Amino acid sequence: MQKLGKQTIKFDNPITITETCSIVGPKEGEGPLSKYFDKYVEDEFWEEKTWEKAESKFIKETVNSCITKSGIPSNTIDYCFAGDLLNQCISSSFGLRELAIPFYGIFGACSTFVEGMQLASVFIDGNAANHALCAASSHFCSAEKQFRFPLELGNQRPPSAQWTVTGSGAALLSKNGKGPFITTITTGKIVDMGIKDANSMGAAMAPAALDTLITHFKDTGRNPSYYDAILTGDLGHIGKEILTELAETKGYNIKNNYNDCGVLIFDKNEQDVHSGGSGCGCCATVFSGYVFNMLKQKKYKKILLIATGALTNSTTSQQGESIPGIAHAVSIEV
Amino acid sequence: MDFFNNIDWSMLIKAFVVGGLICVIGQILIDKTKLTPARILVIFVTSGAILGGLGIYQKLINFAGAGASVPLTGFGNLLAKGAIEKVKSDGLIGAFTGGISAASAGITAAIVFGYIASLISKPKIKKQ
Repeated sequence: MQKLGKQTIKFDNPITITETCSIVGPKEGEGPLSKYFDKYVEDEFWEEKTWEKAESKFIKETVNSCITKSGIPSNTIDYCFAGDLLNQCISSSFGLRELAIPFYGIFGACSTFVEGMQLASVFIDGNAANHALCAASSHFCSAEKQFRFPLELGNQRPPSAQWTVTGSGAALLSKNGKGPFITTITTGKIVDMGIKDANSMGAAMAPAALDTLITHFKDTGRNPSYYDAILTGDLGHIGKEILTELAETKGYNIKNNYNDCGVLIFDKNEQDVHSGGSGCGCCATVFSGYVFNMLKQKKYKKILLIATGALTNSTTSQQGESIPGIAHAVSIEV
Repeated sequence: MDFFNNIDWSMLIKAFVVGGLICVIGQILIDKTKLTPARILVIFVTSGAILGGLGIYQKLINFAGAGASVPLTGFGNLLAKGAIEKVKSDGLIGAFTGGISAASAGITAAIVFGYIASLISKPKIKKQ
């Protein structure tokens, strides 16, 4: 691998995404991407007693199903990188405690899935692994409880609020294979523009997405038209608009090929989700379900996936702190 | 049938409109400001207490009945009213005991019914 510019790595032997899997909850199952997910569950508890247990089950079943689908024996998988939104990443560590694959629990808020893909790619290209798993999960009910208000309160959500995706996505990355290939990764910097509203995450994360987007183009010498699609993780409707405008002021026109996973996963008119989807599971399920399918069918040949994360917790927002954002990008080509 | 014959229909309409308008204020605060719902609740209770203390809120209750007494502002009004009455009868100590005494039925009912609801129901994602 070689370093391009300050934040990008280009792989001499591109990493293959061998298999993906996505399992989502009821609302996502009713959304426009329903047919691309491996499975959707009607009951947000998934027969468990608590939402936390349900979220652990989502990531466990998704990872197991990804391994089964790939046909690769789990004892030949060298590493697993996984994370989620709950305190100390318990969904991942509880859900994957029986997996018996060397495990890195990672936290990048909603950018976790791509953060995992980046780390796994570097491990593979550095000859430390042949196969590595990346996974992330989120759950609407457990996230509302942790970051905003418990559902029992029956709280009203403001129009700028986004809907945390219930679901989990997993991808198995391999040294050898026929693609789709991860060709470059761009690691984001923490960007904080002073936004304090925990109900307006899209606006808080858009500047971080812009920073990574522009850095990626500068480091690689590419421009927006190089890609069939540029997809951000979970900026939602408001953040998507902000990023499009910000990019234009910086001289990058992304209007034609840019979209956001949080915009794609729900139907704005039919589903009452306000500003779109969010959460670790948003980017993870949309990529593992819809985008990977498009790559396999060669409907997309070159994409840039930029997962965005709001690096906040409930204590910092109650103490009136601003929300630092981050965005990690991977370019995937077939 | 006496029950139906004794319904004051104009009062029903007034209660509906006034109660609805108080809720509209809450909805505008949610949509147009960055106030959290918890803060909006506190604003409603305190403004009810202030309006109650000034004697203004009672006029609204006289006009709209439950439309003004059931929303949270009515709870604030009750706290103020209770405190004032107890001060008159018991002296300064009434400022501490009066509010909660007057609101005790509402507070106890909220705890009891909240507890029962938590035993028999499970929170879920809202269906559309």
